[in-house]
Amino acid sequence: MPEPTTTLWEVFIRARNGLSHRHAGSVHAADAEMALQAARDVYTRRGEGLSIWVVPSAAIVASDPSDKDSLFEPTGSKIYRHPTFYEVPEDVGNM
Amino acid sequence: MYSQALNNAPAEPAADDPRFQARIDAEDRIEPNDAMPEAYRRTLIRQISQHAHSEIVGMLPEGNWITRAPSLRRKAALLAKVQDEGGHGLYLYAAAETLGVSREELVDQLLSGRAKYSSIFNYPTLSWADIGTIGWLVDGAAIMNQIPLCRCSYGPYARAMIRVCKEESFHQRQGYEIMLTLCRGTEEQKAMAQDALNRWWWPCLMMFGPPDTLSPHSDTSMRWKIKRFTNDSLRQKFVDATVPQGLHLGLTFPDPALRLDETTGHWAFGEIDWDEFRRVLSGDGPCNRERLAARRKAHADGAWVREAAQAWAAKQAAGREAA
Repeated sequence: MPEPTTTLWEVFIRARNGLSHRHAGSVHAADAEMALQAARDVYTRRGEGLSIWVVPSAAIVASDPSDKDSLFEPTGSKIYRHPTFYEVPEDVGNM
Repeated sequence: MYSQALNNAPAEPAADDPRFQARIDAEDRIEPNDAMPEAYRRTLIRQISQHAHSEIVGMLPEGNWITRAPSLRRKAALLAKVQDEGGHGLYLYAAAETLGVSREELVDQLLSGRAKYSSIFNYPTLSWADIGTIGWLVDGAAIMNQIPLCRCSYGPYARAMIRVCKEESFHQRQGYEIMLTLCRGTEEQKAMAQDALNRWWWPCLMMFGPPDTLSPHSDTSMRWKIKRFTNDSLRQKFVDATVPQGLHLGLTFPDPALRLDETTGHWAFGEIDWDEFRRVLSGDGPCNRERLAARRKAHADGAWVREAAQAWAAKQAAGREAA
């Protein structure tokens, strides 16, 4: 019989200062300290990062993929939110 | 990778749902919470977990030589390589878990002997030259298989494979370097390299799986873009890439039928012993029992560590509540 499930943690790594943390993968660990150690061993064997965040996977609230259209589609028609929507004569130069 | 438990399971499309196939055909990536046919999910769980098990069991034949590596340089490289294989196994287990299967279930499938892993790891590593040959050929074959998987239709698997492929190229180069050193060495060293190639060549060709005419899952996997190339075409690519590397070493391949076909530009090779492949896969290879016994022992020996970690975490949590 499989043993009880340990907590799943999502791992985020900052590759270097100036960049944001980025999702790298996940690890299993009993607590936060061990999750950090496991994340260090599994995801930073080649200098991939300067900082690690671990977050219990269950703490992440995700949008439902089936809501994709109602959430994101409305912005598709709002092309006036992009600079290219507006006309500026060429002789005005870069703007 | 990605909290699969957060959303309600979407209505599940049929295996031949034209909308799902249209997404695949448009090179859209399927992500964990997306609707997917049950057969697509099952196929991926099987393939990704077999792949993960192969990485984990694959640590054993090489681990056998860590303490006997001929120099500190070789020892450090081999340690790093075996550690990578462990990491690759973990990336892949995490990718499989996004499909709704638990880590414990997957480990249990391996230890109980229900899950399969690559047939290649059931062969013994008899000499140091085997370590060179594994890096050069086994990792070479794995890279051939894995590069197209970086474009697999299932996002988490593709992303795991990108990481794996980046790391894997060091494995192959360190293996070839070992072979090069042996082949430039004494007569005995070169004979050792030749002997290793003789033993590993055919099992490496089997790594690509049964021929296309007998491959049970190929068609569906190709249609779903889990696989991009057939077993036989990847095998041919591997032979074409590898034979010149072997000739450069001054070694000969244990296949009298091997010859360059001038018209196609491909290396033609002899008949593979598929009976041996089936025997090894079904549990009757030279090291199947030993490999599983080693995994079971490692798991059992680690039980107290897992229990202690859980107990410590529970105690800390209780302490925080009391405070």
